[in-house]
Order: sequence, then C-alpha cells, then structure tokens
Amino acid sequence: MDIKVPAKAGTMESSDIYIMVQPNDKGGIIIDLESIVMKQFGKQIEEVILKTLDTLNVKNVHIVARDRGALDYTIRARVETAIKRAI
Amino acid sequence: MDRPRRTMLFIPGNNPNMLQNAGILGADSIILDIEDAVSITEKDAARILVKSAINNLDFYGTEIVVRINPLSSAFGVKDIEEIATVQPAALMIAKATEEDVRTACEMLAKIEDEKGFELGRIKLFPLIETAYGLENVYSIIKSSDRVVGVLLGAEDLTADLEVKRTAEGKEIFYARCKIAAACKACRVDAIDTPFADMNNCEGFIKDIQTAKSLGMTGKAAINPRQIDTIHDIFAPSEEEIKYAQSVIKAMEEAKEQGKGVFSLNGKMVDAPIIARAQNVVKKAKLAGLL
Repeated sequence: MDIKVPAKAGTMESSDIYIMVQPNDKGGIIIDLESIVMKQFGKQIEEVILKTLDTLNVKNVHIVARDRGALDYTIRARVETAIKRAI
Repeated sequence: MDRPRRTMLFIPGNNPNMLQNAGILGADSIILDIEDAVSITEKDAARILVKSAINNLDFYGTEIVVRINPLSSAFGVKDIEEIATVQPAALMIAKATEEDVRTACEMLAKIEDEKGFELGRIKLFPLIETAYGLENVYSIIKSSDRVVGVLLGAEDLTADLEVKRTAEGKEIFYARCKIAAACKACRVDAIDTPFADMNNCEGFIKDIQTAKSLGMTGKAAINPRQIDTIHDIFAPSEEEIKYAQSVIKAMEEAKEQGKGVFSLNGKMVDAPIIARAQNVVKKAKLAGLL
C-alpha cells in the first residue's frame, strides 16, 4: 500500500496519540516518536506501529507520532486511520 | 427481556480515554456513539477506534451497543459494514424507519453468513426521534425479530415536532406512552431519553420516576454519575419483591391444593397480578437482587 498524500489522525488529548504520515521517497519506514511514557513504553509503541504498518502492507512511510499515553488498541486505530486517509 | 437494561450509557466513539473506562462504570449497557458525538470529519476515525476497542478491550460483561449514523446519511451503510465485523451485541439505528430496520437486517444477515457468525446474533435498537418514527414505532419494532428494544430520543423528536424541550417533559408524555405500549406489546425494552441537566438532581429523579410510571423499562445516561440513581429507581423495591414472592408462593400452594382461584391477605389474586409478580421476580433476579 503506497502513501500518496500526507495525512493525520488522533489528538493530543490524554490516552490518545497524534499520528502524521507522509510519503518516504527514499524508501523504508521512519518513525519519529515522542511519548510521555517514552522511557517505559517507547519501544513497545514503536513495535505496535510497525506491526500495524505490516498488517496494512505499508513499506515506505515517514511517521511522526506524539503519544499521550495511548493503549495499543488506540495506537493501532490511529495509525490505520492515518494510513487510510493517506492512500 | 434477556438481560437488564436499566441503564444505557452513551460513550463518545472517538475518545480513547472514555472508551477504555466504559466497562467499569456500572451501566447495564454502553452505547458507543459514532453518530452525534462525532464530527463529520472524524467518522472514519471513530469507526476504526470503536472497532479496535471492541476487539481489544475487556468491558466486563457490559452489553456493547454501537449507535450508527442514519442509513439515509453518507455514513450509515459503511458503519454497518465495518462495525458488524466485530460483533457488538447490537446496533442502534438513528432516526429509524421500517425500511432502515429491514435494510440493516439484510446487511447483517449477509455479513454473518460471509463471516461464519451466528445468524441473528447482532441485535437492533431503533432510535425513535422523529414524528414518523413515533407514529410507526410498533411496525418499526415488528420489521425484524432482531429488535430487542427502542430508545426514545427526545431532543431530535421535539425538534421535529417543533415544540420546546422542558425539564418537566410534558411535551414527551405521548411519546413515552406510545413507545412503552408498543414495546410492551412486542415484549422488547423501552429505554427512556437521557436527562441532560446534570445540575438538576431533583428534576432528574422526577424524570426517571415519570418514565417508569408510564411503562418505560430503562433510561439512557449521558454521565456515569447518573447510573446509580437510575438503577435505584428502576430496580424493584424490597417491598415489591417481597410481595411478588408471596404471590408466587401462594399461587404454588393453590396449585398443589387444586385451587384455580385464591386470595392473599384477603384480596383475590388473578392472572394479571401473578404475571406482574413473576415479572418483578425476574427483574430482581436480572438485577442481582435475588
């Protein structure tokens, strides 16, 4: 699945995550993550984002994520929404 | 009546914080709302978030109902196609008509067949909030045996009727009576409209009592603080339960003695009194009071 246009989903409210996606012309996946629980859960959040991209068959994308303590189900939903808005 | 629906709590469908706490608030049912609580530009996000929530969160046995957009809108059909795949207990159809219920039923049957789900498992809750819906509530319920209850939406209904919405609720007296009678006739739940003024505690209590006295069987809530009050008023009282149990005991004794008619405390007990007593005991059991 190819990213055609920049898109965003989610909010900066508590328990949510704000996701922005844009095409990555150089190829591959770049994740720029900031989280209020970066030390505890940063790696896990990245893994959830990567798994969701894999499920959606997205190989080339630049993702900016601003996390406000989102649970996995929210991260998955926001990434999916942003990707679907971008294709 | 397969489970108690004293309260149905509205939860905005695009708010992760509220979604993930919805199961611990004590409501009998929660309505994950992707209609009025979600702006037009966020319908897709809410649909995906609600699906993800139903798939991943533990709601601790609370009944999950999803309020979808009207089928006449650009979103309603897509809502059914997406949300039915995660099998909520029911879909609530905004501004429902007979045609909407039949369309939803056909779509659900197709999805259940394709996915290998149990046929008929996903139930329907028509939302009665137009003058047309009110005047045709009986036939709307009868449009599908998936319908397990009806919710009165007083804000939209009074707007459609072009009358003022008041705390006293005289303007919805007819709607409550009509919906309650239709629901009783079809043996489905009649859920009353939410009470919006959180600061008017006295008005809130009166509103619940009025709804109950007219035959409504439960009430929608828009704030978790409203749940306990609604439960207290809709649950059978200790006195009602004791009386109902004594009626049933007397009925069983009369049966053993081969009596067709009997009296209790000097008053004749007939079929409607027995039916009412059996209903009170059933409600008490469903509410965990027996």
